[in-house]
Amino acid sequence: MTKPFIQISGLSKRFPGANGGEPLTVFENANFSIEKGEFVCIIGHSGCGKSTIMNILAGLDTPTDGGVIMGGKEISGPSLERGVVFQNYSLLPWLSALKNVTFGVRARHPDWSRAQVFEHSQKYLEMVGLTGGAEHRKPAQLSGGMRQRVSIARAFAIRPELLLLDEPFGALDALTRGTIQDELTRIWSGSEQTVFMITHDVDEAILLADRILLMTNGPFARVAESVVIDIPRPRERAEIIHQPAYYKIRNHLVEFLARRSKQLSGVRDHGGEPPVTVRPGAEDPDEQERRPASRPQLVSVAS
Amino acid sequence: MNGIALSDNTKAFLLSIALLVAMLGIWELATPAVKSAGELTEYEMLTGGGGEQARVPPPSQVIEKAVKELSNPFYDNGPNDKGIGIQLAYSLYRVLSGYFLAALIAIPIGFLIGMSPIAYKALDPFIQVLRPISPLAWMPLALFVIKDSQASAIFVIFICSIWPMLINTAFGVANVRKDWVNVAKTHELGQLKTAFLVILPAAAPTILTGMRISIGIAWLVIVAAEMLVGGTGIGYYVWNEWNNLDLTSVIFSILMIGIVGMMLDTVFAYIQRAVQFQE
Ligand SMILES: Nc1ncnc2c1ncn2[C@@H]1O[C@H](COP(=O)(O)OP(=O)(O)O)[C@@H](O)[C@H]1O
Ligand SMILES: [Mg+2]
Repeated sequence: MTKPFIQISGLSKRFPGANGGEPLTVFENANFSIEKGEFVCIIGHSGCGKSTIMNILAGLDTPTDGGVIMGGKEISGPSLERGVVFQNYSLLPWLSALKNVTFGVRARHPDWSRAQVFEHSQKYLEMVGLTGGAEHRKPAQLSGGMRQRVSIARAFAIRPELLLLDEPFGALDALTRGTIQDELTRIWSGSEQTVFMITHDVDEAILLADRILLMTNGPFARVAESVVIDIPRPRERAEIIHQPAYYKIRNHLVEFLARRSKQLSGVRDHGGEPPVTVRPGAEDPDEQERRPASRPQLVSVAS
Repeated sequence: MNGIALSDNTKAFLLSIALLVAMLGIWELATPAVKSAGELTEYEMLTGGGGEQARVPPPSQVIEKAVKELSNPFYDNGPNDKGIGIQLAYSLYRVLSGYFLAALIAIPIGFLIGMSPIAYKALDPFIQVLRPISPLAWMPLALFVIKDSQASAIFVIFICSIWPMLINTAFGVANVRKDWVNVAKTHELGQLKTAFLVILPAAAPTILTGMRISIGIAWLVIVAAEMLVGGTGIGYYVWNEWNNLDLTSVIFSILMIGIVGMMLDTVFAYIQRAVQFQE
């Protein structure tokens, strides 16, 4: 059995309670894994701990218990191999959009010439559609969507092994969102990159992900299910809705978010079981049996 | 929009001029005209104008004095008769050397204190006790230890400018948004690079505020310090002219102190605007 690229084991996070009150346990004894090159989305209601998990993966926060192993090494701090698009963009406000991107590129490639850094940064800004003078403006002079695009360009331009995206398209209008989703798919499929993305948007998750992790509500949240998206690639935004699997998966996700995320929440002694693998879109029930051993429990809800 | 702003500015400017003219007018009228030198008796001249000279002079006389002084600001006729430019230059020299010495120490130390909560707590009591001490209270000690009045004046400037810069730097550094530090971390920047590329620009507006407060205080203090140590400088000049009962010169130099102080502040306001950023 080969080890997964990223193994999250026994991960718990507690925050000290306000004014010495009860500590807040965000999640406890979480176990799941991500394969190399996989595109994983995580969905759950606000406050369940998605960003907390992401911060731990980024190495910016330490778990109270457990740990994360990536590529055979324990994650012990931030690294350029893990690029982050923060929920609040986190641009440096005293630098122009372009300078924010070159900031990252220069950190990644200290040996590059100015011209190389500039060219590379410009390429990624073009990719997110930030050109024609907008790249020379400071973040305060850009709209929320434009700032988010700069933040995406900064992370993509570094070309990390693992891209961590915290609701990256939340502030974008539908058109830009579509363009950048397509770009993300293109970049990802043409590389060895692994993507871990938080989203609120069920359709977006189905379009992009190989697998969607579903989290129950917090506190004591857990990753309850791992939904495999059995829709062949390349996926076209307009085509995908005609796939029979699409609505089965979609209904499953919506049903989880509407009902079961609450029903399953607050369970303390789940014994650290990994998420149940679900394949609402699978046509052939036999295929389910051929899932890798790292996903032990198989439940089909496809009727 | 722009047109309205401009006309508001114009209105304010016109009002300023009107106020100035009105004030000067009232001042002129409130001060009885001085007899010209020709009308004075020998005795009156010997006693310094029979009391008239000791009166507050009218603005016309101050302006006359200003024109005369400013047309030849750098003359030097010995220790008690130097041009206003020379006196101001001495003061500026002391202020700037004490000030930059203070900045050289306050900003790096403030940086370290801001980075380390333990250092912050450990040094805080010292800062709290040293900060409220009037800088002039250090003068006797400085004169005794340094044994040089010039250096003592610089030391007094040093000690009064250090606190606002130290405290603001520490505060600015300690309060840099965590998000920005996280950006530095995820890009694997070392401590030095994080300090220069992220923390310094993030804290620069706060640091500049401290520097601007400091230069203001330093300019306030230099006048008093020079009155004490004597010899040269605008503070000494004011005191000397007061001893000569030359109130015209006193008022003129007071105005010059104000104008130079304003210019210093303008320079720092300009730098402050240059490092300011909008979140
Ligand atoms: N630094 C912190 N201190 C205390 N509580 C925190 C902190 N960060 C997050 N939390 C709490 O942890 C929970 C999960 O937060 P978060 O991971 O941001 O949720 P999500 O990203 O899923 O919306 C929330 O209840 C939040 O209030
Ligand atoms: Mg979040």
